[in-house]
Amino acid sequence: MSARTIARPEPGQRAAADRFGDLLRAEWTKFRTVRGWLIAMVIGMLLMVAFGLLGGSANIACGTPGGKTLTGKACEPPVTLGPGGEPVTDDFSVIYQPLTGNGSITARLISLTGKYPSTSQAGPNVPMTSGLQPWSKAGIIIKNGLKPGSAYAAMLATGAHGVRMQYNFTGDLAGLPGRPTAAAPRWLRLTRHGDTVTGYDSADGRHWVQVGSVVLAGLHGTVQAGMFATTPGHDVINTGFGGGSFQGGPAEATGVFDKVSLTGAGPTWSTATVANRMGGGMPTPQPTKAGGTFTVTGSGDIAPVIAGPGGGGLPSATVSTHLIGAFAALLVVVVVAAMFITTEYRRGLIRLTFAASPDRGRVLAAKAVVIAAVTFVAGLIAGTVTVIIGLRASAASGVYVFPYTWPTAVRVVAGTAALLAVGAVLALAIATMVRRSAAAIATVIVAVVLPYFLAVAILPLGAANWLLRLTPAAGFAIQQAAPQYYQVSGQYAPASGYYPLAPWAGFAVLCLYAAVACFFAVRLLRRRDA
Amino acid sequence: MQATIEVTGLRKRFGPTLALDGMSFTVQPGQVTGFVGPNGAGKSTTMRVVLGLDAPDEGTALVGGTPYQSLRRPFTHLGALLDAGALQPGRSARNHLLWLAQSQGLPARRVDEVLGQVGLTSVARRRAAGFSLGMRQRLGIAGALLGQPRMLMFDEPFNGMDPEGIVWMRGFLRSLASEGRAVLVSSHLMSELQDTADHLVVVGRGKVVADTSMAELLAAASGDRVVLRTTARPAAMTVLAQAGAAVTVTDDDALMISGLAAERVVGLLSAAAVPFSEVSAHRASLEQAYLELTSESVEFRGERAGAGQAAATKEAAR
Repeated sequence: MSARTIARPEPGQRAAADRFGDLLRAEWTKFRTVRGWLIAMVIGMLLMVAFGLLGGSANIACGTPGGKTLTGKACEPPVTLGPGGEPVTDDFSVIYQPLTGNGSITARLISLTGKYPSTSQAGPNVPMTSGLQPWSKAGIIIKNGLKPGSAYAAMLATGAHGVRMQYNFTGDLAGLPGRPTAAAPRWLRLTRHGDTVTGYDSADGRHWVQVGSVVLAGLHGTVQAGMFATTPGHDVINTGFGGGSFQGGPAEATGVFDKVSLTGAGPTWSTATVANRMGGGMPTPQPTKAGGTFTVTGSGDIAPVIAGPGGGGLPSATVSTHLIGAFAALLVVVVVAAMFITTEYRRGLIRLTFAASPDRGRVLAAKAVVIAAVTFVAGLIAGTVTVIIGLRASAASGVYVFPYTWPTAVRVVAGTAALLAVGAVLALAIATMVRRSAAAIATVIVAVVLPYFLAVAILPLGAANWLLRLTPAAGFAIQQAAPQYYQVSGQYAPASGYYPLAPWAGFAVLCLYAAVACFFAVRLLRRRDA
Repeated sequence: MQATIEVTGLRKRFGPTLALDGMSFTVQPGQVTGFVGPNGAGKSTTMRVVLGLDAPDEGTALVGGTPYQSLRRPFTHLGALLDAGALQPGRSARNHLLWLAQSQGLPARRVDEVLGQVGLTSVARRRAAGFSLGMRQRLGIAGALLGQPRMLMFDEPFNGMDPEGIVWMRGFLRSLASEGRAVLVSSHLMSELQDTADHLVVVGRGKVVADTSMAELLAAASGDRVVLRTTARPAAMTVLAQAGAAVTVTDDDALMISGLAAERVVGLLSAAAVPFSEVSAHRASLEQAYLELTSESVEFRGERAGAGQAAATKEAAR
């Protein structure tokens, strides 16, 4: 025996690289040849479908003035769509003139006040308290006719968010801060040029600042221009343990304007109450004109409808409503993914695996690719089936299905499948570190599924949102289908399908956890004796 | 590439236990090398180090002159059976070999070939959970043969085999060696290797106790002794003692003589007209030789049984 000195070989390091494709084939063969794992995968996906379809099958009944009780499709409320295709609330009072061709409207808003019910009961004789809602609004508007849902642009003051330029329900730009008073009025101006409407505000009527300029497609030659007021209801949102409750009542807001000037319009003022009854507004007096002073009182809102409570009481479903069962599928996927490696440890098979492929990092990579791919494909099939059947069932039972775009639908469904796949990789990596099924499964469930469950079902909103920011459960944000609007107060809670992080940001948090777990798993694999 | 497995100065500690204490040997091609020693002597640890599964604290293990980890498709160089029980119970024998073959870039055809070689073709599609230990050993050996490697390493392949299986295994190991492969077979029972191994590496307490050919070991253990069978024991003892031999009574009619060659014993007895029925050179069994070598390094020894065994060893040696 020679006395050569050769550096001590680390196990699993500096390994010669075999073709990764060979490794992938081997790991795929391992996976598909254990019938229990295939069956578990199918069960997991069936759970997802079952949860989704059970969760979405609401039995809706409604009474009609004739005393007849209707059910299902017949109860679906009439929904007004905005120019962007989203359901909208379009309830407000307005005093207006037709404006033909290009022109502008300018007004000084000297007061914005409001009233709301002092108890949670609604009704004609409910005592009212003075005060504004954060998004009570009054201002000037240029609207493409008075039909609810038509295009518009408005310069308005709000209860708590200063001056805004809003347009076509979803657009919202910030102007001057503060609430208008007689001492500190707000000057507002809208000019129309072709399809373009530009909004300005001013504190003194001399120095004007442009807030925004928007193109309203299909603006008629003659539009309506005038002063409006409206306000969403008084929302009391309780987010305690065991889920949130939502109480509210209709409120009203009053704006007082003077120094009104219109160019390109006639001298005659008309008044109107635009109402599609989506905002739960209350009856308000007609706008009045006394000399140069206009008083407009309105109730309702000009805003997109949001899903969940606070969204006009609409029994509604989004493209992600039926994917509620993803957590159940994830539970099963986590078990299978963990066992994909822990059974090898338990049986000593891992030694054969690492003897066959000494580069242990690549073995783990191959396992991760296989389990992720299997999970993704299974999740994609289950998710697609669930969403298609679920939305049909919802629509048939009278639930309003929020319109969705193809990119959103694909993101939600494929994203849910990807969420399961990344969850599987996380489970695999943790299982690699701890080498025991029970410990690995418990860890992943506590880290991913439990926070989601707590956030959706139990915790108050604040705690729920922190869990969904910090834990791997943040990945569920990929399922958010309905947009969250800053300019609409509502219960943006996980239970209603709203997440604290943007869809891809939340998904990135989950991916980060998985990547870190994989990093440490590979490090441990290389250091440890097999 | 020379088909040798070369282990040099391996040292490895598991907590308080020194598992390998300077293990060094070389497995040569064309012969079966028996790797024997009591349980806990470091045989399996050595094999794991060779396969790059365990990192030694010191020393090197080279397979065909290079570290195992630097081999591409390692099973085409060194085939190994470490633990016959290392199977996914739900997976069939064929599928178990299939993933192994795929990991080495080998065609599925090889799977059917090795299944035939070890006689498992008829149960190829049965779940491994129902396999006897003997069948698992055959399956493990099939896995080692997949890549047609020039070096082979089997850890306790005789475990759980029925007599028919043991006979098959011996022939099989010999045929692998006769094809020029280097074959290392570990066992804690010397008798299993008696008619199989050409060379022996005897280990105890993590190091090599003897590294010798089977023939040399037997000769050394036998010593220069002669066994005599006679009905006239006292007369024979007197004659032989006078001639300067050391004589031990081993039975009612048997004596063990050392210090005299067999021809001389025959001559002396004939001259003194002492009757005898047999004079033969003493042949120590491999078992005896092994026990002598490893008596110092048996790790786990039952107090009473162990003491008796040690006494028996000394008795036999006398």
